[in-house]
Amino acid sequence: MASMNSGAIQVRGEVLDVQRTGKYFVMSVTAPGIAERTQPGQFVTVGMGGEESSMILRRSFAIQRVQSRGMYGGTLDFVVSPVGKGTQWLTKLRRHDPLSLVGPLGKPFTLPTKAVTCVLVGGGYGSAPLIMLAESLRDRGCRVDTIIGASTEKKLYGELDLKRVSTSLTLTTDDGTAGIPGRVTDALANVLESSPVDVVYACGPMPMLASVAEVSTARKVFSQCSVEESMACGIGVCMTCVLPVIGDDGVTRMLRSCVEGPVFRGDRVRWSEIGTIPDGTLGKEVVRP
Amino acid sequence: MTGSVIVTGKSPATSGDLTFDFSTSVGSLELISPILTASGCAAAGRELDNYFDITEIGGIVTKSIMLAPRSGRATPRMAETPSGMLNSIGLQGPGVESFIENDLVWLQQRGARTIVSIAGGSAEEFGKVAAKLRVAGGFDAIEVNISCPNVEDRGQVFACRADTAANVIQTVRRNSDNRIPIFAKLSPDVTDIVEIAVSVAQAGATGVSVINTLLGMVINTNSMRPALAGVTGGLSGPAIRPVAVRCIWQIRNALPDLPIIGMGGVRTGHDALEMVLAGANAVSVGTSIFNDPSAPMRIQNELEHELRSRGFAKFSQAVSYAHREVEYTLPIDARTDDVDPTDENWDFISE
Repeated sequence: MASMNSGAIQVRGEVLDVQRTGKYFVMSVTAPGIAERTQPGQFVTVGMGGEESSMILRRSFAIQRVQSRGMYGGTLDFVVSPVGKGTQWLTKLRRHDPLSLVGPLGKPFTLPTKAVTCVLVGGGYGSAPLIMLAESLRDRGCRVDTIIGASTEKKLYGELDLKRVSTSLTLTTDDGTAGIPGRVTDALANVLESSPVDVVYACGPMPMLASVAEVSTARKVFSQCSVEESMACGIGVCMTCVLPVIGDDGVTRMLRSCVEGPVFRGDRVRWSEIGTIPDGTLGKEVVRP
Repeated sequence: MTGSVIVTGKSPATSGDLTFDFSTSVGSLELISPILTASGCAAAGRELDNYFDITEIGGIVTKSIMLAPRSGRATPRMAETPSGMLNSIGLQGPGVESFIENDLVWLQQRGARTIVSIAGGSAEEFGKVAAKLRVAGGFDAIEVNISCPNVEDRGQVFACRADTAANVIQTVRRNSDNRIPIFAKLSPDVTDIVEIAVSVAQAGATGVSVINTLLGMVINTNSMRPALAGVTGGLSGPAIRPVAVRCIWQIRNALPDLPIIGMGGVRTGHDALEMVLAGANAVSVGTSIFNDPSAPMRIQNELEHELRSRGFAKFSQAVSYAHREVEYTLPIDARTDDVDPTDENWDFISE
């Protein structure tokens, strides 16, 4: 059981670039030592508001790409949806502003050893880590069919990058402003019906992941889902980011998304019971009559 | 970084010795440094060892362990608040047997000083956990988390009453090796924390850990429901530090010799110094670890700098220093026998 982030380090990085794209911002930052170690699906935590900040909790971001940029050493990109005070502060930073970074954190996507057929499914900015994943899969000779979706066109993310690295790219929007009107899971079901698929990789909101896992498992296709849970520490000590996951022994445990995830096997997460302690979970308190 | 700053010949504290004397006695618990991790913020030390050498701080206070495995509460378990956070984890843990086999053995092999935090739903459960630990050995002290609900008392926490708090401490004392120091972790959510401190000391506690979280609540204004699945949660972080300093001060004032481990929102060496001056013999770093995984080591280095710059020759001199008699500053030409401290014309400082 992976319960550690033994390769993670804490560094001071620097903002290189902040780019607006639709409803999101892409931050490029120097992250010496982190970028070089990152595998697809891992994340980084960022300190908010400087050293005296009243926002004491770090925010977690999936790493979408790492690069080696000459004089800067390792750099990495992550996408920010500026919906809260911390993320709004972050997107207002400018070139050369310092950042506190910890990473790379979490269990990465498991990569196939052979050239297999993969479907990647991303919802909203959940498509960000799929960019790095798709590159690794293509390097291994895999077929990569990618489906990304969102409620509306402005919330789609990574279209250009994913088009470049994928064998095929399908877009869906709930309101029909781009691509096929409807949900990513409808498109996924069509792909799974029409051709043999070895593995489905997904990242996005919980309800989307639940549907992806259900559709995949029903067709006996192995799925790996990267979850987004609210975290206080990101390094495995605070126990806030837990969700119910069935182990190899058949026992459900409350596992930490930050160290035992964020990537979980789709058929092992008790999706509909996230936010509860399901019956049968190890150590669930029995309520006395 | 600050640990290597040396100024020679200025004061006894900086007379050229390379290493600062950080040793502290917390009752019979001897530590190489006063900086500990706070229970529930460091798991069992393993994750943090990645960010700093856990054997170089005073010790690891482990997450509270109960008799049986425990799933904890549903999510959301956390909400950020101004300079703090609420948590409602519900003591998720593997149970004492798994803890002994995995975590305690690892801490022992790693050579970290270990203070095991224990919890229970009844005094009996606390006693059973202590008894299992006594058999296992391999740790330096016990911290008793009495801020958990008493299933035999409508879920009221043991820490909120002197008699229930004392009963738990007595039971743990009876089930522990006599040489093992026991610290009672007190809740600030009481009318008179000194009364609780007196009762646990009389019941056999070596000292007290002050403070646990304060009970708080946040409403999610999007869902317009409580933000935490557990409705209420424990408030921690820098927001609560003045409460912690007040509690430490009051207990030290009433009980000059009671060993105190101070905690509550310590983020810098300066914050730690404040607690030490108020009466803490050691200081635990908690929620700040979530902000900065290497906070305990950074704070230890900063505290050394804070102490040296104030002329302290060693850590122990600073403990309770804020309780000393007030000093009077006199005009340079004043004769000592001229001074009437009650005379309002004399400035006096209580720094």
